[in-house]
Order: sequence, then structure tokens, then C-alpha cells
Amino acid sequence: MSAPAVARRSLALPDRRTRIVAFLVLAVLLLIGVVVAGTVAQDAARTTHLDAVSQGPSAAHWFGTDRLGRDMLARTLVGLRLSLVVGTTAALASAVIAVVLATVSVTVGRWAETAVNWLVDFFLALPHLVLLILLAFALGGGTQAVIIAVAITHWPTLTRVLQAQARQVVASEYVASSRALGTSGFALARGHLLPHLLPHFVVGTALMFPHAILHEAALSFLGLGIDPSQPAIGILLSDSMKVLSAGMWWLAVLPGVCLLVMVKLVDSIGENLRSVIDPRSYHL
Amino acid sequence: MAADTTTAVPAETSPGRFGWGRFAAKRALRLVVLLCGVAVAAFSLMTASPVDPVRAYVGAEVARIGPEQQALIEDAWGFDDPPVERFLAWAGELVQGNLGDSIVFNQPVADVIAERFVTSLALMAAAWTLSAVLGFGMGLLAGWYRGRWVDRVLTWWAYTLASAPTFWVALLLLYVFAVSLRIAPVCCAAPIGVLADDVTVWDRLHHLILPAVTLSIVGVAPIVLHTRQAVVEVLASDHVAFARAQGERGWGLVRHRIMRNAAAPALMLSFASFGELFGGSILAEQVFAYPGLGAATTTAALRQDVPLLLGIALFTTVFVFCGNLLGDVIHRFVDPRVTVDGAR
Repeated sequence: MSAPAVARRSLALPDRRTRIVAFLVLAVLLLIGVVVAGTVAQDAARTTHLDAVSQGPSAAHWFGTDRLGRDMLARTLVGLRLSLVVGTTAALASAVIAVVLATVSVTVGRWAETAVNWLVDFFLALPHLVLLILLAFALGGGTQAVIIAVAITHWPTLTRVLQAQARQVVASEYVASSRALGTSGFALARGHLLPHLLPHFVVGTALMFPHAILHEAALSFLGLGIDPSQPAIGILLSDSMKVLSAGMWWLAVLPGVCLLVMVKLVDSIGENLRSVIDPRSYHL
Repeated sequence: MAADTTTAVPAETSPGRFGWGRFAAKRALRLVVLLCGVAVAAFSLMTASPVDPVRAYVGAEVARIGPEQQALIEDAWGFDDPPVERFLAWAGELVQGNLGDSIVFNQPVADVIAERFVTSLALMAAAWTLSAVLGFGMGLLAGWYRGRWVDRVLTWWAYTLASAPTFWVALLLLYVFAVSLRIAPVCCAAPIGVLADDVTVWDRLHHLILPAVTLSIVGVAPIVLHTRQAVVEVLASDHVAFARAQGERGWGLVRHRIMRNAAAPALMLSFASFGELFGGSILAEQVFAYPGLGAATTTAALRQDVPLLLGIALFTTVFVFCGNLLGDVIHRFVDPRVTVDGAR
């Protein structure tokens, strides 16, 4: 990154910052709206209208209906809410794992660092989806199993990022003087390390979230995730595949677009948060 | 060349002054350790699964066999033995090259994997090449026109693709090209009802196009973004400024000064993405009913074929490892700064 670019950006910062905060507030409100709508729509998602089976989008049913005459807009909303719940829980849990491992690896000692590095390598040794399938299989499927499986598999990349940050902090002079004053490893981690890692934790969680949602949807799509009776987006798309050759495009296209938009939204929340919290890493 | 020229890669992954022999030995040891770890972990996961193996094996007719018979089968299969003993028995066979028999396919696991992998390999190779070439080309364009509309469109497109579920993209392509336009087959790796010997190369390619395009779309986004970044960095470097001062511009500048530098991240990413590639093939093969190893993985998990799942876990570990290894080796050839004495 060249020096002039940095100068220009920092001059333009106040304006940009306001815009970003406005975007973040709107985006979070929209996500809350999805959760509320998904909760309200739960009954509508289960109601069958046998007089309106397999219909395309119309004024009454914006997203059309499936082969049992259930309203696809309601089902999509419930699915999005489910994705949000699963994604948030799994991403948070995974980020917590990453923070703990990163902190342990730089404070406890060299052997701990080696152990964490091996653990990271080990989790990256298998294709992500294969590992998820094995975990989902071992846990017996269902929403809870998906959350656990996604949480256990998404921490390695964030752990590496946090480790790099933590190493910088630990190598700094004030930590050295704190150590010289006899501060214990635990107090060091709590007092000096965690406050530095917190912003990266927040950004990491937001950026991990899209992966978590997409992997949940993929597992459910394969029939190894959320229970098929629930309208998760992966299940909706898997159902739509069976009638796609009959020309019912709306069953596949519209829930997928909604998932894509939501993933992009959360991803841009993460990117914007990062550009506010850590402006240096903003340029990719 | 001195050792300090190896700074382009972390010290632990560079061959150091001991060269390729040491590099190979280190990597081989690493693979063995990884495989041992995966074997233990995968076996533990399978043991922890709540699935009843006898029920999974017998299937829907489990009601027809009584509890006594079920106990007999369990005894014959050794389910009463402690897990460690069972693991040692399995690992013992494994070391001798015996992966056991697949329940679903009724064949040795090694045969299933070999046969299915060849089918998947065609798909993955096509997709991999497509995404590397397209991604590199678009990354070059985006980096060269940094900040202009070409860059904006390409970058936006790459970010959007990264957020799109693979299987959904597959469904869209399937609907548009196979269902609506009818210019591509709806499923499988060859026409239905045609003997395997009668299937032409054209038939195979025709069935390969949609899954391969789907799979390439998944891998293309990171390559575009990283190539773009590399181009931007190279454009800002002294040697490009020097070449410009000498009057070099346009395509010549891109070809002689930028491409080779920008190729390193694209290559590394392409090889490092073997895991993602295989994951994508699981989804793409599910949508297009393409009979490769990805589809076999789904089938194995859905129908509780534990030996096959274990075999696939070990095999894909080797596959991902090979990708990373190839990436490292080729990186050393593309970027001469990384190679050290004795390496060439």
C-alpha cells in the first residue's frame, strides 16, 4: 500500500465513517426485521392452501406456492430466520474457540503454540465439507448437530489472524515491562491481550457468519443437516430440485436470491466493521 | 544465492539450505502424521455416531430379523469389542492397504474410490482449469483498470459469487440451460440407457459442461481478488516505474513485467483450493446426479456406509495435501527468489 493512498483515506474519514455507521444501523435493523418476520410467518409457513397448489408468484403469494400450496414467502422468511439463528450461534461459538486458542498459544508457552498450530493444520487437512459431513453424521443430524458441526469447523482461519495480532501485542514493550513486574500469564491475557483482540473478534465473527450460513444450507441441502420437515433454505432448495424440470423456477430462484442477499448483507457488515476498526487491512 | 533471498515464504516451509531432499522428507512425515490424526479422529466420530450399524446394514427389513439375530450379527462383526480394539483391527488392515468393503456399493472401498474419483477428476480438472484461467484473466483486467468501472464490476461480481451457495448456482444453471433452453443434459455423466462402451467423448463433454461451470464459479472469486491485489502491488513497484520510464506500456508491460509476478498468488490459491474444489464437487454432483466421488460421499453419509466414509476421509486428506504440495513446489519454480541452492 502506498503512502499517498493512506493520507487521502484518512482525510476523507469522517464523512466515510458516518456513512458506514448509517449503513451498519440499517443493515442490522433489516436483519432484526427478518427475524421478526420469520417468527410471525411461522404459522403461515405451515398452512396448506389446497386451492392454490404449485402456483407461480402472484399478488396473493409473492413467492408462489409449493406442491402442498404453502406460501413460499412465509417459508423463505422462516428459513432465513433459521439461517440467522444457526449462523449467529455457530459463528459466535467458533470465534470464541479462536480467541481462546489464540490467547493460549501466545501466553502459555512454546508447546502450546505448537499444539495449536497442529490443531489448525489438522482441521484444514480435510476438505471443509467432508469434515462437516463426518461431524453431522457423528452427531446424528438435526439443527443442534449442524450448529455444533459448523462451530467446530470454522475457527482455524480466524485463529491464525488472531494469533498474528496476539504475537504483536505480546512482543510489545509494555507487555515486556508488565511481565517484568511479575504479571501472570492469565492477568496478561485478560488485561493486555483480550482488549486488543476484541475488535478482531467482532469483525471475525461477522466475516465468519456467511461461511457458517452457506455451510448450514449446504448440509441441509444434502439431507444431512436440519430436519427436512423444517423450512430451512437448504431444505427448500433441495425440495425445489425435485420439481425443477416441471418448470417451477420460483421455488428455486426466490429463496436462493434471498439467501444470497442476506449473506452479502452480513458480509458487507463485516467488511465495513473491519474498515472502521482496522483501516489498514481494508484494502483487498 | 544466499539464504536471505528466501524471505518470500515463511522460513518453516522453505527448503532451506538443505534443498529438496529435506523438503520431501519433511512433507512425507507431515502427511503420515496428518493421516494418523485423521484416521483416529474419523474413527472416533464414526464410533460416536448414534446410528445403529446393523440397522443401517439391513435397511428397511430390520423388523424381519429378531433381536437374537441382531445380537448374533453384532457379535460376528465385533461390536461388543472395546472401541480401541476395533480401531486397532481396522488400522491393522488399513496399513496393509485394505480399506474394507463398502456397504452401499457392495465393493471394496478402494475400488469404489478409485472408480468414482476418475469420474470426479474429469469434472474437477475442467472446473479447476476454467476458474484459474478466468480468474487470472479477470484479476489482471481488474488490477490494470483499478478504480474504473471494469474493476468495480469485476470486483462486485467476485464478491457476489463468493456469497452465492454453490448448489443454488447449480440449480439456476440447470433450470436455464437444461430445462428451459434444453441445450444441456439434465443429469448424469453419460446419456441414460446407452452402454458404457457406446458413450462418445462428445457425450461425456456435453454432460460435463454444466457441473464444471458450476464448480468453476465457486473457485473463481478468490483468484480474481488476489490477482487484482497482486497486479495493483506490482504496478506500484519500482521495476514497473522503470519499465514505464523506458517507454514500455500496454500489453507488453502486462506481459513482461506484471503477469509473472501476479501469477504467484493465483497459482498458490488454485492449488490450495483442492479442498474447496472437492467440497464444491459434492454439491455440484448432487444437483446434476453426476456419479463421482462427491455423490458417493453424500450417499455414504445418508446410508450410513461407515467404511466408505472413513476411506473418503483418508483419501481426501491425501488429495488436499497433494494440492498444497504441488502449490509449494510450483511456487518455487515460478518465483526464482524462493528456490535455493541445490534446488535447481
